[in-house]
Amino acid sequence: MTTTTAPSRTPSAPPGPRRMHLAAHFPGVNNTTVWTGDRVGSQIDFASFEHLARTAERGRFDFFFLAEGLRLREHKGRIHDLDVMGRPEAVTVLSALAAVTDRLGLAATVSATFNEPYELARRLSTLDHLSGGRAAWNVVTTSDAFTGENFRRGGYLDHADRYVRAAEFVATARELWDSWPAGGTPRPVAHQGPHFSVRGEFTLPRSPQGHPVIIQAGDSAEGRDFAAATADVIFTRHSTLEAGREFYADVKGRLPAHGRDADALKIMPGVTFVLGDTAADAQERAATIRRQQVSPQNALVALEQVWGVDLSAYDPDGPLPDFDPVPDPRLAQGRVRIGDPKAVADRWRALSEAKGLSIRETVIETTGRQSFVGTPAAVAEEMAAFVAARAADGFILVPHLTPGGLDDFVDRVVPLLQERGVLRPEYEGATLRSHLGLPEPVRPAGKG
Amino acid sequence: MSVTPCALRPLHLAFALDGPVRRARRGGEAYDPEHYVRLARLAERGTLDFVTLGDSFARPGPDALAVLARVAPRTGRIGLVPAVTTTHTEPFHVSTAVSTLDWVSRGRAGWAVEVSQSRAEARLFGRRDAAPADAMWREAGEAADVAARLWDSWEDDAEIRDAATGRFVDRAKLHHVDFRGSSFSVRGPSITPRPPQGHPVVVVDASTRPAREVAAAHADVALVRAEDPATAGDARAGLRERARALGRDPDRLRVLASLPVELYCSGDAVGLADLIGDWHADGACDGFHLRPADPERDLARLVDGTVPVLQHRCLLRRFYPGATLREHLGLPRPANRYAAARKVSP
Repeated sequence: MTTTTAPSRTPSAPPGPRRMHLAAHFPGVNNTTVWTGDRVGSQIDFASFEHLARTAERGRFDFFFLAEGLRLREHKGRIHDLDVMGRPEAVTVLSALAAVTDRLGLAATVSATFNEPYELARRLSTLDHLSGGRAAWNVVTTSDAFTGENFRRGGYLDHADRYVRAAEFVATARELWDSWPAGGTPRPVAHQGPHFSVRGEFTLPRSPQGHPVIIQAGDSAEGRDFAAATADVIFTRHSTLEAGREFYADVKGRLPAHGRDADALKIMPGVTFVLGDTAADAQERAATIRRQQVSPQNALVALEQVWGVDLSAYDPDGPLPDFDPVPDPRLAQGRVRIGDPKAVADRWRALSEAKGLSIRETVIETTGRQSFVGTPAAVAEEMAAFVAARAADGFILVPHLTPGGLDDFVDRVVPLLQERGVLRPEYEGATLRSHLGLPEPVRPAGKG
Repeated sequence: MSVTPCALRPLHLAFALDGPVRRARRGGEAYDPEHYVRLARLAERGTLDFVTLGDSFARPGPDALAVLARVAPRTGRIGLVPAVTTTHTEPFHVSTAVSTLDWVSRGRAGWAVEVSQSRAEARLFGRRDAAPADAMWREAGEAADVAARLWDSWEDDAEIRDAATGRFVDRAKLHHVDFRGSSFSVRGPSITPRPPQGHPVVVVDASTRPAREVAAAHADVALVRAEDPATAGDARAGLRERARALGRDPDRLRVLASLPVELYCSGDAVGLADLIGDWHADGACDGFHLRPADPERDLARLVDGTVPVLQHRCLLRRFYPGATLREHLGLPRPANRYAAARKVSP
């Protein structure tokens, strides 16, 4: 392996290509995961988490990312049984992964709706201590009473209140993380706000990163503002170049209003990839994967989510229903809504008629998420172009196989990205903040 | 060569990793996970059943469950039992976190059920006032109950991966628990599949009256703080009787005497072996939970001094006969209540 000098970040040096940040998503509970075939392992055994995390670290990724589940999804009043389900509690798995990795950031998705600031701030600070400064928290909010049925809080918060609570939650956590001055005596925290009252002493010294890295996912105007005000990383779904550039400009444009510069927030879309020896080979693999992801049964479920009624009598290889949707929000619980049902149905029917597609083919075509499909060289080039065009600062890769879904990418694409100078050849620092090029948070003036 | 069991009744040994935490408080330095790894590996070298790590929202120190999860991949056999409190936490989160510790340790997790009785802890949450011990422990019992139901809410063979029908799970083997307690309710099922041990080992310090009731009803291991074998023996008999009255098999409840120890020299270590032997001969307890004055020093003396003596006297095993904490304790893997109910119902 050749050693190259890392491009300097000082303004006087000749600018190298824009470096990209990479993260790995553990294949989660959804129909992007392929769970049949001989390359498929357990989604719950620790060995799977260890394999994927070690692979990501071998690829010099910034962090490893876990989603959260708080209630099993239901469809037509019954537990949805067609996709991978069953996952561990994130902070606990990441604490264990801290023992088998050295540099990789460890990001847990945890709801700000069904947790309390004191407890979660303490768990995340513990993870930061146990990992030597590699912890991150992906802040999500939950609005549905369906999920609330598993928690003391129950009920739900309306959309606007979710972000008010989340913002106060993060601010309170930061007060706690800041409450131990270097070498001094901890100051008691006295937080009193509309959502939380926290009074007393935090039990941990300031963690190695100062604060764990804050990640935020969400695309609404409130979500974008919350990220611009609060987050270090934003996890998005904009995986096309145009949508990415638009989103990038919008979110970066919101930062100055919050007194932050453009580099303070990293934009990282979640993307999938399929590699092949030739372009045609990659396309063929992608098509095969799509058919594995959208089984005949899953195609009908997707259809029922739009139409709002039982369509189990329909033939997945036959035509779409010829009547309009009958929206029923209770039909599918625990899933993200996909837009106005009538508009979606009209679009699907038009597509089906124009191309002569069956139900299953229509679902495959309309719910496709494969972002980068091609040879390793083509994928490396496309990803680099994406970052160069400021459509993203990097990517969160969502592999479709557990636990070997990153193997090919790290073996075949990572060396090409490193050759281009867009991916670090080696870790330069020890903490996740240093991987992301983020400064350690400043201690509040006069308090440190 | 036949392997003969040493003692008629196996002796169980557990050790508390809790130590002075003032050092970190003064210096403000980060908590070093290697400290806990070193201790747990040492305990494993002594073939101890498990280590415990206490926790409270008001005591300086890190989250105990996360610390022992960090220790899990660096150890192979030792049981890992963090305290997790039930008063200000969500029972659903507690059940999945403990279950996850069992997954990452491949069947070595326990849960020391604790409550948060102080006003200081209540103020850190600002959600509810401090309550009397009776009410807190009643709720802790409910939290242990719902956790066990959530662990059972996936039957062991719920995951089927049936490509022909496209079904990943058999939903007839997933169960809503529909639990209603005095201060919370949980619909279920869990998001985490049933853990390797079926149920991680539930440990309750049964030294106070309300905690004793929870131990008799829900614990696999009860700890009793006693200063003499007669007191420990009485406590053990009382717990077994209460467990029987609650419809449990008392032989599935291990009662360990929880003793403070301070081992300054090898003479102390041998003296401890004598004491353990005497109490065990009296039938006072099923084993010991040792609470050291200085964990590093006292564990080294225990493993290098006390353990070999006990092994020599044929009171303690020389190797782990199994892989899981339940196997160390001689406790069976619990049957799944929902699977049993499904088989009975027409």
